[in-house]
Amino acid sequence: MTDRITNSQLYQLIATNFRELIREPGVLFWGTVFPILMSIGLGMAFTRKKDVVTIVAVAGENHLVWHPNDSASALLQFLDAGRSSIEKDKTGTFSRTITIADDKLGNTTFVFRSMEWQQAMVLLKRGSLNLILDEKSGALQYHFDPMNPEAQLTYLKLSRMFNSKGTVLAGSGTSVVPLTVSGTRYIDFLIPGLIAMGVMMSSMWGISYAIIERRSKKLLRRMVATPLKKSNFLLAQIAVRVLMNFVEAGLLFLVAFLLFHTTIQGNVAALFTLFLAGNFAFSGIAIFISCHTAKTEIGNGLINAFSMPMMVLSGVFFSYHNFPGWSIPAIQKFPLTMMADGMRSVFIEGAGFGEVAFPIVILTATGIVFFIAGMRFFKWH
Amino acid sequence: MTHPETPGGNLVIRVSNVHKSFKTVQAVRGIDLAIEAGRFVAILGPNGAGKTTLVELIEGIQQPDEGEILIMGKTWKGNENYLRQIIGLSLQETHFIDKLSVWETLRLFASFFGIGKERCEEVMQLIALEEKKRAWVVNLSGGQRQRLALGISLLNKPRILLLDEPTTGLDPNARREIWAILRKLKEQAQTSLILTTHYMEEAEQLCDSIVIIDQGKILKEGTLTALLGEVRDLPVKPVETRRITLDDLFISLTGRHLHD
Repeated sequence: MTDRITNSQLYQLIATNFRELIREPGVLFWGTVFPILMSIGLGMAFTRKKDVVTIVAVAGENHLVWHPNDSASALLQFLDAGRSSIEKDKTGTFSRTITIADDKLGNTTFVFRSMEWQQAMVLLKRGSLNLILDEKSGALQYHFDPMNPEAQLTYLKLSRMFNSKGTVLAGSGTSVVPLTVSGTRYIDFLIPGLIAMGVMMSSMWGISYAIIERRSKKLLRRMVATPLKKSNFLLAQIAVRVLMNFVEAGLLFLVAFLLFHTTIQGNVAALFTLFLAGNFAFSGIAIFISCHTAKTEIGNGLINAFSMPMMVLSGVFFSYHNFPGWSIPAIQKFPLTMMADGMRSVFIEGAGFGEVAFPIVILTATGIVFFIAGMRFFKWH
Repeated sequence: MTHPETPGGNLVIRVSNVHKSFKTVQAVRGIDLAIEAGRFVAILGPNGAGKTTLVELIEGIQQPDEGEILIMGKTWKGNENYLRQIIGLSLQETHFIDKLSVWETLRLFASFFGIGKERCEEVMQLIALEEKKRAWVVNLSGGQRQRLALGISLLNKPRILLLDEPTTGLDPNARREIWAILRKLKEQAQTSLILTTHYMEEAEQLCDSIVIIDQGKILKEGTLTALLGEVRDLPVKPVETRRITLDDLFISLTGRHLHD
């Protein structure tokens, strides 16, 4: 009976595949260990929702006088009654924190931060906050993009808290002021991030995977058996990809312009330079990733290892300020974060060369370092 | 045939006491080889004999652990650009870009040598793929792909052609088509060929001399007639109607068949 099973084609095929898998440590790592590490990382980021911290800007006329002794503000009276804690940062800005305890849904902590309207708008465009609160004659005004689900949730939670029975604000008038000005909508936040992510993904897959596949098929080895200039080969790979990235980004912007009237509020030349620097950084990383392996399975894993964390953490789809505070300085150093933040600042905050010079320099340096490291270990055959 | 710039007479390749190991495997163990201009030489041996490693050493992508290799009197070090211009190569298995046509593939490789359309047309004719000029590589048969690989190796009119098992896995017809191309090349007497194979018929059909290697060492070398003349004391006497082959010689030397 045992012999019949072990002699069967299916058994031998399964056994062969299994042996092949466990005898290739790289495949095993990328296939099993890496997804586990990713799940641990993402699990830590998203499942510890016991304390959701939401920043709410308090802007408008009241923000200048919004200090602990201001008794004219109904909002302040509410926060005092709710035993909020008061903090004053280095710039002298007051913020008050209040927590709504909820055993089932998890606690929600609101940080009410007093600031000027312009600053509040910049933070809103960056995704650091999603709602601005204003108080006029004792009535609260909520300013947010009605198309942003996170902002809607903040509004619903806040209005429920403010209007609960027995509070100073109960029965006072409230109004919602939709923010649909270009640059404040979710789509304005999303487009620069999508362009940056497109550059990353296109470079990683377009350059890395193509090189690894050519190596695995021995085409690379065949090519370098001729007088082919190796630099030409790599240059061609990068040039085609950068060109494609321009076309893809241009199309994405065109669609956003036609459908959502998205505009570039800052310096177009600065945006172009930043875009080039981003392409350079990701091309360098792509060359580094593909410098040695001839196995496409390992290539897949490496590409995912570099791109997935950035895709999730770098604030392409939502602000990375949702992640724990300790992680944000590290996230801000990722190439994708730098590119996406820089592009957002030009697209929606009106930034010029001065504001994006730092990301341009860092992205270019990243490209150079990874390119040199990649060439150092590059295996042509 | 003697080339004027070939130092030391008409030797195009000289391999002297070359050793090469990979981790614990000794792939090449003290091989000496001298190949004259215009000669077709077969490296014959079973799988794992060290044929491919020897070709890779001659081709310059592997460095010998010990010994020296001279191509046209030059070592690879410092002469790579020149040597790449005069060597043609076809690997045991190369997958060209699937969705590139035959013509585009030839043009691509021709560009590496700075060669224009005319030579591509000539090569296309030589490998008899004119009808498939616009066909994607992915749609070619195994034999057609191998002819394309051979055509690419001939684009630069190489002085030295290295073919690593060019007909392995091909059906007899496809194999004969490759042989026909190589015979035409031989008639022109411009190219020296090193051909690795484990098909003795291929070596017999195409080559002036044959080098039999096993376990990284040369067992015998010489012309086909000389080698067959050496077949003595075979374990099994050939049946009267069967002609003596190189396989018989290999059996007499190792106790195994060439195709084992």
